[in-house]
Amino acid sequence: MIALMVALGALVGAPARYLTDQLVQSRHRTGFPWGTLTVNLVASLILGFGVGAATHFSAEVTALIGTGFCGALSTYSTFGYEVMRMSGDGRRRLAAVNVAASVVGGVGMAALGWWAGHSWR
Amino acid sequence: MASEDVVGSDFRPGDVGPAGSRRSEGAVLAAIALGGVIGAESRYGVALLMPHQPGAFAWSTLVVNVTGCLLIGALMVVLLEAVTPHRLARPFLGVGVLGGYTTFSTFAMDTQDLLRADRPGAALAFVGLSLAFGALAVWAATRVTRLLLRRRIARRAATAGHA
Repeated sequence: MIALMVALGALVGAPARYLTDQLVQSRHRTGFPWGTLTVNLVASLILGFGVGAATHFSAEVTALIGTGFCGALSTYSTFGYEVMRMSGDGRRRLAAVNVAASVVGGVGMAALGWWAGHSWR
Repeated sequence: MASEDVVGSDFRPGDVGPAGSRRSEGAVLAAIALGGVIGAESRYGVALLMPHQPGAFAWSTLVVNVTGCLLIGALMVVLLEAVTPHRLARPFLGVGVLGGYTTFSTFAMDTQDLLRADRPGAALAFVGLSLAFGALAVWAATRVTRLLLRRRIARRAATAGHA
């Protein structure tokens, strides 16, 4: 049952990442990976909320939204690939900005979501 | 319905032509969704094999993300330099399987868990190891794959040059 929930969440999360990335990347012409940053921050916020409010949810819902949807909506492989490609292209400063924004932003979003979920009653 | 489809595929600005239709976008989305399920189930499997207590160091997340970085480094060399890939290969394998397998949200949450457990040193180590090994994995996999496929890559570059 849990594995099925992970599958259902990923079935929606992975295409949602692709569509969000297309939408975000079509709106600007810079080489900065705004699309990946967007999905990673949004997924961290939602997962933070889910973990903070875990007592309100069953294990199935946590698997569906956390492991399945947020896990598939966010990506570490594309993040890593984009950072290495930017560094290889001589855009090291931009790569460092992307790493800092992703890590600080992601952990901050997870904390914000957790706090919101934890205060929810 | 049929006339709507004709209008949609023939006259929508930005379409690559009659072939760049809604149906081909549908196939891309289906490949990504299927790949995403395979990737997420693999990640779930690794998490079951390497469980950790809340507030403890999440080795499973580190393993998933670093192996995912290895695989994407190799995959991108194969798809961009060594072969002429099927148009669904990158959506399925790259966006779907590897995107679904690796996770940034759990990486961020695991870091936040360590901070909340008042273990800032462990949180810093987790972030540092994830970043360093992730970058090293993409770099090393790219180099090794290029070395292993150097003849095929050279052949393909030569044909492309004459075309």
